[in-house]
Amino acid sequence: MPINSNIPEGQLEDKWTKYKSTIPLVNPANKRSLEILVVGSGLAGAAAATSLAELGYKVKCFCFQDSPRRAHSIAAQGGINAAKNYQNDGDSVYRLFYDTIKGGDYRAREANVYRLAEISPNIIDQCVAQGVPFAREYGGMLSNRSFGGTQVQRTFYAAGQTGQQLLLGAYSALERQVGMGSVEMLSRHEMLEVVVIEGKARGIIARNLITGELERHFGHAVLLCSGGYGNVFYLSTNAMGSNATAIWKAHKKGAYFGNPCFTQIHPTCIPVSGDHQSKLTLMSESLRNDGRIWVPAKAGDTRNPIDIPEIERDYYLERRYPAFGNLVPRDVASRAAKERCDAGFGVGNSKMAVYLDFKFNMMRYGKVEATKQGLTNAQDSEILALGKEVVKEKYGNLFDMYQQITGENPYESPMRIYPAVHYTMGGLWVDYNLMTNVPGMYALGEANFSDHGANRLGASALMQGLADGYFVIPYTIGAYLSKEIATKAISTDHEAFVDAENAVKERLTKLLSINGNKTVDHFHKRLGKVMWDKCGMARNAEGLKEAIIEIQAIRADFWSHVRVPGASDELNPELEKAGRVADFIELGELMCMDALARNESCGGHFREESQTEEGEAKRDDENYSYVAAWEYNNMNWQMQKEDLKFDNIKIAQRSYK
Amino acid sequence: MSGNMNLTLKIWRQKNTKTKGTLVDYKVKDISPDMSFLEMFDVLNEDLITKGDDPIAFDHDCREGICGMCSMHINGRPHGPKDAITTCQLHMRSFSDGDTIVVEPWRANAFPIIKDLTVDRGAFDRIIGAGGFISVNTGNAQDGNTLPIAKHDADAAFAAAACIGCGACVAACKNASAMLFVSAKVNQLAHLPQGQPERMKRVKAMVAQMDKEGFGACTNTGACSAECPKEISLVNIAAMNRDYLKANLISLED
Ligand SMILES: Cc1cc2nc3c(=O)[nH]c(=O)nc-3n(C[C@H](O)[C@H](O)[C@H](O)COP(=O)(O)OP(=O)(O)OC[C@H]3O[C@@H](n4cnc5c(N)ncnc54)[C@H](O)[C@@H]3O)c2cc1C
Ligand code: SF4
Ligand code: FES
Repeated sequence: MPINSNIPEGQLEDKWTKYKSTIPLVNPANKRSLEILVVGSGLAGAAAATSLAELGYKVKCFCFQDSPRRAHSIAAQGGINAAKNYQNDGDSVYRLFYDTIKGGDYRAREANVYRLAEISPNIIDQCVAQGVPFAREYGGMLSNRSFGGTQVQRTFYAAGQTGQQLLLGAYSALERQVGMGSVEMLSRHEMLEVVVIEGKARGIIARNLITGELERHFGHAVLLCSGGYGNVFYLSTNAMGSNATAIWKAHKKGAYFGNPCFTQIHPTCIPVSGDHQSKLTLMSESLRNDGRIWVPAKAGDTRNPIDIPEIERDYYLERRYPAFGNLVPRDVASRAAKERCDAGFGVGNSKMAVYLDFKFNMMRYGKVEATKQGLTNAQDSEILALGKEVVKEKYGNLFDMYQQITGENPYESPMRIYPAVHYTMGGLWVDYNLMTNVPGMYALGEANFSDHGANRLGASALMQGLADGYFVIPYTIGAYLSKEIATKAISTDHEAFVDAENAVKERLTKLLSINGNKTVDHFHKRLGKVMWDKCGMARNAEGLKEAIIEIQAIRADFWSHVRVPGASDELNPELEKAGRVADFIELGELMCMDALARNESCGGHFREESQTEEGEAKRDDENYSYVAAWEYNNMNWQMQKEDLKFDNIKIAQRSYK
Repeated sequence: MSGNMNLTLKIWRQKNTKTKGTLVDYKVKDISPDMSFLEMFDVLNEDLITKGDDPIAFDHDCREGICGMCSMHINGRPHGPKDAITTCQLHMRSFSDGDTIVVEPWRANAFPIIKDLTVDRGAFDRIIGAGGFISVNTGNAQDGNTLPIAKHDADAAFAAAACIGCGACVAACKNASAMLFVSAKVNQLAHLPQGQPERMKRVKAMVAQMDKEGFGACTNTGACSAECPKEISLVNIAAMNRDYLKANLISLED
């Protein structure tokens, strides 16, 4: 099937405005009989379910946690971008658009990204109206901070808990609809299959995680807002339950998977401490704003960091990228850390870590405070103490988190950090309407591939999730549903529902019956290691080919030796995990295939064969300026290409030097 | 490894809501002080599965103290022996070799046990649904800076909004009262100009739902705030009581 991104005609700046006002409308009476299933209650799902219910559609929303408020959006720390230009520092819709396209290394669609930038200010307004307590200045105005990959301050935040506050805003709005009976919320429900009838998405099969019962749900449209799939790598900053199952089932039912190998490895996470490690914790990018990254200038220097004098430190980001310094985009910062550690300059027990040091900025803030308080002869120690207070107010929760995990006090000595898997730019392929190639099936938020190209800029995922849910889908879904008003609700006795439920049942029975000698985690860890070693921060053709073979072997072993205890008619977390890991194994294979097919470096995708003399990523625009949309066919895949055209931006080799 | 620990665990096992539960003893060996408490549970569960036993069901997701899903009552304290952290943030360096650790679920009538350490906290969602919001539909907002909010108000709203909805306050309270949770949301919105139009209606609706869910009365013992992983202050309860009184007076006048 050829793919069509359905980008509206016209000038970049006018596309959305014009298109929005020409999308057919659905009248209120018809909306009441149109049912929409929303899988996921994170920023994308909660915003979509709420906004669609407010418009009058009948909405059901699903999440696997015990409450919609626990979706992993809750963990986002640093902030959310918006082109408000409150700081008067030259920001604009165009600049946010430009930064995002460039940050994504020219692998995203111009029209989508422009729309995102255009909508961004409305998001902040909406959240403020809901009572989201963003940080404010003394004058009562909203405060901003800087994030990587930009030279303006456009990031709105609520201490180090921005995602929590945004999600709680969306969750409150969602619960309001639930309270009014306009949304039916099904928590502790996991979607395990999509139902497609005559080529259109018409429902899902969900498992009630408490009783184990399989339920059939009909919908005129199905929205997948199920988050990212970073847990393919076993260790990531994602939550334990974050999974690919919803989008993977959709993929196997015909939806194309866009750019599966585009993974973001975040430079500042707490390093692995041992084999028991179950997840990794992010230290927000906003810290790079106020911290300086360094390693000892001498390899193997084991001195206490505070005893290493300035001249014996290598602030390698500032050295290599003087224009952006510590604020280079994530992919660049991660590779630079790996380069130093691989070369033997790493610190800590594992030697797989670098320092993130706040002393310099604590002194700077301390001096400002001392001046404010009129302390003219303050000692360095007093200044430092004042500075610590400022840093505490900005990042207190992150510093506490660091101390809890490592047992070290980051106010006294620098943090040890190392890159970790954080975000997946890839996801279900969608058109401008956020619809997959399967009519009636949509993907929003991190679950789609749309706006971040090969590398996402910090504070842009929250923006995208909320843009998709609050301001895009309520309009674009009309393009489809306006043609569905004559479709009566399809009975869930329809054979497509019966078949889908039987397929799920069979699979659960199979998982429980293997009764082998290895646990689900055993397979997940093995998969994670292959993915991290061969499809992680650096990739090459040979390694990827090996990885594909190794992953196929893991899959075979899984289906003959996994042990899943318990039964299917009860709360059974191991059974849930088994299904997710089985899907990760399949997806891992596709990710390696995609990485192998893209013989260029771009953004987070670094092919060792394609680098400049200085070791920077080298794009190949002539051959790879496309979105890879993979079509599934019984564990074989075929690639469709969506060519990317840049009419408004001059594409150039990305430079942050 | 040196410094690693052997521990005895007494863990509440209960098949489902209808059956009775009991404490069961388990031993774990060679636990590293760098492990989190939940990673220690992972080790135990891997061992149980390999032996053909039923692993212990417990709630968790983010494992970084923000989603509010983890919920273990450890040695008599919700979220364990350390202040201001969640169960998932508790690390084994807080224990010593040879310790016996008792782990139970949250106990409250309004939080029925689903299985082992997993409870149903749906009552919290229903309380929020009754009034824990500002009634503003998508698309109705004015510019975020047209309404200046004094920094101390924004900060106070944020401090209350930091609640993660874990339910430790209920578990800590001898009456299983949900006052701290409810007052945190009421006060977050009461501190903001956007929250004023519905202020009185909100507090009444939320308190009514709280009572309907079967939470106990507040007798001001303060155990909730002492055990709250986000240090939500008792001031919130006092402020909510004032608003509640006022709201009822106003409705008498109506
Ligand atoms: C630690 C961390 C910090 C971050 N910090 C920032 C930041 O500062 N700024 C920024 O812009 N971005 C940040 N991000 C990225 C951003 O938080 C996420 O990309 C974004 O929140 C994803 O939102 P979402 O709605 O797409 O998915 P999620 O919030 O992950 O929600 C997924 C939903 O889908 C449900 N679900 C999943 N599978 C199923 C299934 N099979 N059946 C039923 N339900 C299902 C889940 O229950 C959940 O409700 C951060 C990410 C992490 C991990
Ligand atoms: S008030 Fe504290 S203890 Fe109670 S739910 Fe909120 S965070 Fe948990
Ligand atoms: S698992 Fe999220 S707070 Fe503990």
